[in-house]
Amino acid sequence: MGGSTGLFAAITGGVAVLFVILSPIVPRLGGTRDLLLHYGPWFVAVGVWLALWELTTAKFGWLPKPFFSPPHGLLNVYVTDGQRLLICIGYTLRLWTLGFLSGILAGYAIGVALGWSKRFSYWGMPFLKLIGPVPATAWIPCTFYFFPTTFGASVFIVALASGIPVAILTASGVSSVNRTFYDVGRILGADNWYLIRRVAIPASTPHVFVGLFMALYYSFAVLVVAEMLGAKYGLGWYIQFQTAYSGYANVYAALIIMAILCAGLIPLLFVVRDRLLSWQEGFI
Amino acid sequence: MSIAALAPAEPGISGPISMAIDVHAVSHRFSLTGSQLPVIETLDLSIAPGDFVALLGPSGCGKSTLLRLIAGLERPTSGSILADGRPITRPDPSRGLVFQDPTLFPWASVWKYVATGLEARGRLREEHERVDSALALVGLEAFADAYPHQLSGGMAQRASLARALVNDPALLLLDEPLGKLDSLTRLTLQAELVGLWQRNGFTALLVTHDVEEALLLSSRVIVLSDRPAHIKAEFRFDKPYPRHRDDPDLVTLRRSILATLGLPT
Repeated sequence: MGGSTGLFAAITGGVAVLFVILSPIVPRLGGTRDLLLHYGPWFVAVGVWLALWELTTAKFGWLPKPFFSPPHGLLNVYVTDGQRLLICIGYTLRLWTLGFLSGILAGYAIGVALGWSKRFSYWGMPFLKLIGPVPATAWIPCTFYFFPTTFGASVFIVALASGIPVAILTASGVSSVNRTFYDVGRILGADNWYLIRRVAIPASTPHVFVGLFMALYYSFAVLVVAEMLGAKYGLGWYIQFQTAYSGYANVYAALIIMAILCAGLIPLLFVVRDRLLSWQEGFI
Repeated sequence: MSIAALAPAEPGISGPISMAIDVHAVSHRFSLTGSQLPVIETLDLSIAPGDFVALLGPSGCGKSTLLRLIAGLERPTSGSILADGRPITRPDPSRGLVFQDPTLFPWASVWKYVATGLEARGRLREEHERVDSALALVGLEAFADAYPHQLSGGMAQRASLARALVNDPALLLLDEPLGKLDSLTRLTLQAELVGLWQRNGFTALLVTHDVEEALLLSSRVIVLSDRPAHIKAEFRFDKPYPRHRDDPDLVTLRRSILATLGLPT
């Protein structure tokens, strides 16, 4: 644990020196000044937070080991176990990408069919309502049977978690399209296929994005479970492994990485949404 | 066809420029939960090619339903409707419909919206310049790239007109198209509608609440009864355009029509 105390002190000290240097020149900085001023309160808050964290854990031990770990303890995890964590990030991203993409594609197709076709909805909607609330862990036995590899089973579980919200919201989006839009299309000689592609799908896109944002959160929440299935690497696997050995500092370190990954993907989804939904009022 | 003299200046699709409509003993009922609501009762109506006919009637009397039946969006419970002698079974690009609400697609620019009629029939590539001429007809060239929320009510309704005109319909069904516009915009668009009709030569059937609008635009006013709708009275008049609202003949007609509708004159 002591291995990174010096490093942590050096980093915080370095940042402190940086802010001391910045303080007299900030008023003379152009565009960056407003940015720095905007986040100023947050810089202070992070400093206070780290100080309180150190005091309650390392200094006074109010929050005891091994359940809690001081900041330099987490830093030590990144320093000593960084190599393995990087491999875990790679494995997790591979699993998440495959699961999320296949899940939202399948969920979207099923959602459009459910929203468009009365017959499909009659038979399909009860299944979706039954499947929706079932926790991901409950699928493990049958996924083991149906999928030849444990990786396939893991992808399926992530896909299921991302697909269900997309399917439900796409279905509600497609079925709530203003009927007059379809009348307009039919009057102009449009067939059903045209109405689906050019009316139902664009009209329901705002709903679909609500589903996609939910899918993003659910897919991350389910990663830990998905990586229970015989994985050898992955952040979820790492968290379970370290929990079993009471390596809580490592657990926190991995959780922080997962949170950062998820938070980093959200702006990406916003960019896609803003591009596709630029026609909405207030966007232009 | 006698109306061929009024051929449009635009390069149009081949086919009739205007269309005859025959409504034969049409009755229509809505199925509500458990009960049947008769909306139209044995209605007969013949519209000659190139006519401008206005349908007046109390609110909720089935005027819009009649338009939907003629458009082919719904099938009548009994009776038949013929377009140039052929029964109407489904919507057709030769019969355009403009709704009271503009019904623009919020996700499509004005140009894309107007192009829908060509795109739906797979003709957009060959005939895309027709979109531009339809926009020019309604004076919206400058707003081709605008989105619906950037348009005023009048411009949105112009875009709806262009959307209906892009297929060069032989029949234009107008379901209170100016009903929600402010009175100045309405006056402008009334004049433009007459201009479009004179220039393109299509048959026009206008549903309206506004007796004055019916008199300014049409040459035949049909007054429908309360639901279930049947024809209560009919007024034919032949006045050159542009008409003036103070024209004594029109004022007299207005009185008789209002009296038929049971309103104070």
